[in-house]
Amino acid sequence: MKPLEYVCPRTVAEAAAAHAAHPEARYLGGGTNLVDLMRLGVERPELLVDITRLPLDRIEELPDGGLRIGATVRNSDLAAHPLVRARRAVLSQAVLSGASGQLRNVATTAGNLLQRTRCGYFHDLGRACNKRVPGSGCAALEGVNRDHAVLGHSAHCVATHPSDLAVALAALDAVVELAGPGGGRGVPATEFHRLPGDRPERDTVIEPGELITGVLLPPLPDGTVTRYRKARERASHAFALASVAAVVQLEDGVVRHVAVAFGGLAHRPWRARRTEAALLGTAPTAESVARAVEAELAEAVPLRDNAYKVTLARDLARDVLGALTAP
Amino acid sequence: MLPPTHSRVTLRVNGVTRTAELDHRTTLLELLREHFALTGSKKGCDQGRCGTCTVLLDDRRVNSCLLLAVAQDGREVVTVEGLAGAPGEDGQLHPLLRAFNDRDELRCDDCAPGQLCSAVGMLDEARSGQPSVVTDTTVPVDAPVRLTTAEIRERLNGNLCRCGAQARIVEAVREVIV
Ligand SMILES: Cc1cc2nc3c(=O)[nH]c(=O)nc-3n(C[C@H](O)[C@H](O)[C@H](O)COP(=O)(O)OP(=O)(O)OC[C@H]3O[C@@H](n4cnc5c(N)ncnc54)[C@H](O)[C@@H]3O)c2cc1C
Ligand code: SF4
Repeated sequence: MKPLEYVCPRTVAEAAAAHAAHPEARYLGGGTNLVDLMRLGVERPELLVDITRLPLDRIEELPDGGLRIGATVRNSDLAAHPLVRARRAVLSQAVLSGASGQLRNVATTAGNLLQRTRCGYFHDLGRACNKRVPGSGCAALEGVNRDHAVLGHSAHCVATHPSDLAVALAALDAVVELAGPGGGRGVPATEFHRLPGDRPERDTVIEPGELITGVLLPPLPDGTVTRYRKARERASHAFALASVAAVVQLEDGVVRHVAVAFGGLAHRPWRARRTEAALLGTAPTAESVARAVEAELAEAVPLRDNAYKVTLARDLARDVLGALTAP
Repeated sequence: MLPPTHSRVTLRVNGVTRTAELDHRTTLLELLREHFALTGSKKGCDQGRCGTCTVLLDDRRVNSCLLLAVAQDGREVVTVEGLAGAPGEDGQLHPLLRAFNDRDELRCDDCAPGQLCSAVGMLDEARSGQPSVVTDTTVPVDAPVRLTTAEIRERLNGNLCRCGAQARIVEAVREVIV
């Protein structure tokens, strides 16, 4: 690790100014990803701007029934929040299926969204990686790629985004709120993470120096049911091989609202728009759910080692959607 | 004057206020072990995977290996040494420590300090109604969570025992609950 300066501002404006004043600055949330990457030499900041004492640690209910989650809300507090558990179980389940109790007590909402890929070659300074060193190549393309992407990847990078939280937010149509030198803006969670294309070093659309201040969850129609399911190598404390988040509202057996997102399959949470379009306005059956899921996964282009992910994602999605649409 | 890469940090550790001048790269684990000679917390994987560095920070269990000490200024830390009984309390052992001792058959005890801090934190979390991923979603949100074996296993999943004594650890925790 390089020697480091450290500041702990108390306002968003001070934090942004401190960050802007140093080219090698990073915001420090819980640090559970950043410190790990600094130790490996993947991240080499010279200044840490600790944002955990900013007034961004609240979950507020909005007058319209929406929720605003502050950027520094801890993952464990988010998962335990009564309004999240009661109305948006998918979010609580996604967070609780990730990491361990110790990590969730420290990890923040924003830090979770901005955690970097778990691609082993990204972590290994001795291997080619376009995400770590643009233009150096991608060792995963011909390497061991069973954990890698099956959707939306490019010849420059086949990494997946590891966050479970992000998958639930994508299905909930959340909006990521940002503060930056040019003022504030909101980005839909589904467009916040990027596909790799030829710029895999950029995980998200965040601009240098921009700070996530919170996440906005829009209100959900009454009677909405939600669920998260995750498949992993062992029963707990492991990243997703594949996961699915689903949000469904039925009226007299007919689908009035449906949102489905896959995790573990792509460089970002993957909204299954084809599946949604096939189900919306219909009275689903096991067969029509299966067809709807197939419509999305037909797009998959597996790598040498990971065709199993397509089957896994298919089974998870059929199971979850089957349960949520059962009469 | 400290160089800009160093800061003075004050923490309450096991009930005692302590101060150190630290390089910002120092982790909470390194501060405890190397500056305060509290070697109960162990350095295992140093990546948040094994849980052997677990301590309680403002009453929450955390992996001290991934936390920068400077960012914890003003906070309260309890390590396994703190669970062994505060001075003046006749060295009263925390009941969990006693239960672990009673079942100490297979273990090398490397993971025990982290397991103990994690279990203490986990018991509080369950008491205050915090769910785990195996918690029945139909239970009322503010009721304490009943700690079944499945709950204990899931909640202690951030702590690994390389000796394979995990089953005994779950039994020790169960014994303390009932
Ligand atoms: C052993 C292990 C297992 C794990 N398993 C899972 C899992 O199964 N599922 C899962 O989803 N996650 C998992 N994680 C990842 C964990 O959830 C993340 O490390 C954590 O959520 C990151 O949050 P943080 O606050 O600690 O982020 P930090 O490490 O503090 O920050 C991460 C990045 O975000 C930036 N940042 C932080 N906050 C802001 C902000 N407000 N604005 C702008 N930039 C910001 C930082 O500069 C940094 O680049 C695991 C981690 C470990 C160590
Ligand atoms: S998949 Fe992406 S992150 Fe992994 S080695 Fe290739 S470029 Fe790097």
